Amino acid sequence: MDATGKLEDQMKVLMFGWEFPPHISGGLGTACYGLTKGMAEIEDIDLTFVVPRAFGDEDPSRMKLIGANNIPINRTTFSFNDGDNTMEYLEVDSPILPYVNEDEFWILKSKRYSSQTKFVETDENSKIEFSGGYGPGLLKEIRDYALVARLIAEDNPCDIIHAHDWLTYPAGIAASRATGKPLVIHVHATDFDRSGGDVNPRVYAIEREGMEAADKIITVSNLTRKMVVEKYGIPPEKVVTVYNAVESVNHEKGTLPPKGVNDKVVTFLGRITMQKGPGYFVEAAYLVLKKMQNARFVMAGSGDMMNEMIARTAALGIADKFHFTGFLKGNDVNDLFSMTDVFVMPSVSEPFGIVPLEAMQLNVPVIISNQSGVSEILKHAIKIDFWDTYAMADAIYGVLNYTSLAQHFKTAGKTEVEELKWTHSAREVRKVYESILKEN
Amino acid sequence: MKSICLFFQIHQPFRHRRYRFFDIGNDHYYYDDYSNESIIRNIADKSYLPANKLLLDLAKKMGNKFKVAFSITGVALEQFELYAPDVIESFQKLTKTGCVEFLAETYSHSLSSLKDIDAFTDQVKKHDDQIFRLFGQKPRVFRNTEMIYSDEIGEKVAKLGYSAMLTEGAKHILGWKSPDYLYVNAINPRLKVLMRNYKLSDDIGFRFSDKNWDKYPLTAEKYVSWLEKVGEKEEVINLFMGYDSFGTRQPKEAGIFDFLKALAEQVVKSDTLRFSTPSEVVDELQPISVVSVPHAISWSDEERDLSAWLGNEMQKEAFEKLYAMKEQMARCTNAELHKDWNYLQASDHFFYMSTKYFSDGDRHRSYSHFDSPYEAFINYMNVLSDFKIRLNTHVPESEVENEIALLHRMLEEKEEKIKKMEADLRRLQKTKRQKTTSRKKK
Repeated sequence: MDATGKLEDQMKVLMFGWEFPPHISGGLGTACYGLTKGMAEIEDIDLTFVVPRAFGDEDPSRMKLIGANNIPINRTTFSFNDGDNTMEYLEVDSPILPYVNEDEFWILKSKRYSSQTKFVETDENSKIEFSGGYGPGLLKEIRDYALVARLIAEDNPCDIIHAHDWLTYPAGIAASRATGKPLVIHVHATDFDRSGGDVNPRVYAIEREGMEAADKIITVSNLTRKMVVEKYGIPPEKVVTVYNAVESVNHEKGTLPPKGVNDKVVTFLGRITMQKGPGYFVEAAYLVLKKMQNARFVMAGSGDMMNEMIARTAALGIADKFHFTGFLKGNDVNDLFSMTDVFVMPSVSEPFGIVPLEAMQLNVPVIISNQSGVSEILKHAIKIDFWDTYAMADAIYGVLNYTSLAQHFKTAGKTEVEELKWTHSAREVRKVYESILKEN
Repeated sequence: MKSICLFFQIHQPFRHRRYRFFDIGNDHYYYDDYSNESIIRNIADKSYLPANKLLLDLAKKMGNKFKVAFSITGVALEQFELYAPDVIESFQKLTKTGCVEFLAETYSHSLSSLKDIDAFTDQVKKHDDQIFRLFGQKPRVFRNTEMIYSDEIGEKVAKLGYSAMLTEGAKHILGWKSPDYLYVNAINPRLKVLMRNYKLSDDIGFRFSDKNWDKYPLTAEKYVSWLEKVGEKEEVINLFMGYDSFGTRQPKEAGIFDFLKALAEQVVKSDTLRFSTPSEVVDELQPISVVSVPHAISWSDEERDLSAWLGNEMQKEAFEKLYAMKEQMARCTNAELHKDWNYLQASDHFFYMSTKYFSDGDRHRSYSHFDSPYEAFINYMNVLSDFKIRLNTHVPESEVENEIALLHRMLEEKEEKIKKMEADLRRLQKTKRQKTTSRKKK
């Protein structure tokens, strides 16, 4: 790598993500979008963002967006780096043979190929179909994504390769090996967060491989940094924390009617899964409702623990005050916040947690768990341990009943959250790039 | 001579639309008009109308030898009036033949008998009034929702003045005893109890078109031979089933209507069988013994218990929260609220929340328009929340609400007073003006 010369002009970054607005389904897409927007503000960064599937209606402001589904892979030979960080390039027969349908696959298979040859299903234009979702066949999609990533990296010269979360680590590794450029991986969450400790060994292996292959690792909080160091055995000096920020939320109304109840509204918003701690919220609701009747609890979202939660509210006898709305789309979230008196994020393990920042922008006081990355940077929020349902109930009761407290959180919180800009995070990321390029 | 007591139930709930948290306080209409109308229309055309036509023919042909009893819930009748008035007309025609007896029941097929005597009485009275209004009969025999019965419920029903009650001939209750006699209630022996012969009833209601059944195909000759074979001393065979067995559960193509026609003809021809209505059975037969039912039974599921409606925590919670409003409802005079209150009590809402058969997608599911019992529960509780808010504004619960209501009333009174005074003022001014004008004229 010719780092010294490159630094003077533009720093070319090839970034691998999994989704891009408007086609996003979770926090990862939101964070990637915010970061890329922030980076676009920095003059000397030239950013190319790759997603498995580009739909064509994305709006990449001041960056290049590539969809892996649009890359033809009909070459017969191409080079790849045979691991390690050596600069040696090997010319080999293609280990990838594209095919369109099952028939063709069998014809190809019946011929003799070396045992390392991989077959890839493509469409008529030799392009791979990607769903860009999280459905079945995810592992296959991750692998295919990595195959195409090599080609993209070869066609798009860059100085740094940056991959977001485990879905894109294989792509990042492949691109880095193909080009010999340094790899930065960005950990938005680990499988320990998602699974509540019961990790999927295949996911863990992919994550660990990515972390080990990376030149530098960016984590979204110290909580996650600690996780990466302790659970994945990564040397601490390789891991840097760069906090997320939050886009200014729009204040547009959604499709929901205005608030129809006179009671105070306490909101939980997120996937109803182990990671988000919905059960503690239900128990806290029960404690609050013992003290005051003019409160309603809303759990917005869906997830594999939803039915269990519904049954629990019934068993506690609070189902007439505890409501489930299902997943809310787009600006309906704004509508819900506009009727919310306090937002609670009782996550058991939250690498960052952008939702409380959005709530604060909309003048909603927030209660967050100490087990969230965002609690490391927020001052004007009530912080409790996720398991401490009594403290959670106390906090909810306090915000609902002492108006001065709520008012304080509204004004101070809003000011605080407006300071959290993505350009700031982007500059921190740039510092990480610089440190690598200097080292090399 | 054995009596064959034919009884059919008809019930259709007012199904709720998807009612979200955000609708609470904003929208007070809970019903899915489209599916209610299409379901009623569909079942009327497939079952009720063709079956009524057949029964009318039979009644005309056989005179008073053909007898049948119905219980039609109030909410079903209300929906017929709304969506299928031809069904009401055909029942009225059938009633005029004199071969039909209508039974009493709860207005909305509710579970009120298990909870509150006042709500129960209210529902039963309301239903009786409706039957009298539409068909000119005053029911003497009572049939509870889903054949739910216990000694205690029987006693309550006796107090309401009914002479008999229908229930399930549950095996765990009867043991070695036969359902084919007349029994009496264990607390108040003046109340007679008719026990359903579930084997012979389900042969028609459930098994008729089942090709895996070893007795398939079922012909009227075969069935009548079974009826005749029932022990010599047995006095009454109670065949109770849903009226939708004809044409819906057992499709027309399977020959269910022809079967019913042939069955009626053969029974009338037979020397040992005759049709009787429940009232006739009660008047003519001597009860054989007491039947003791300490815990409530129903005609549902293998267990013949209440678990389909009150089996899990969600169902119990919804049930408790609903009837927690009964005192407020007793003080409420708003007609709209009473209407919704009745609809909310329908047992179907609790049935939709059943998790008993959730896993194997059994028949419970096919009767529910919800994707899951959890969804059914959420929806019902949201509706209940809105209802409660409305109720509180009419019948205040807490002191603050009381105060608000009081102030509200004061305000209304004052406004009325002001209006009255203004009117007085206008009147006085008018007379004054008239006086002045008349004076001027002078």
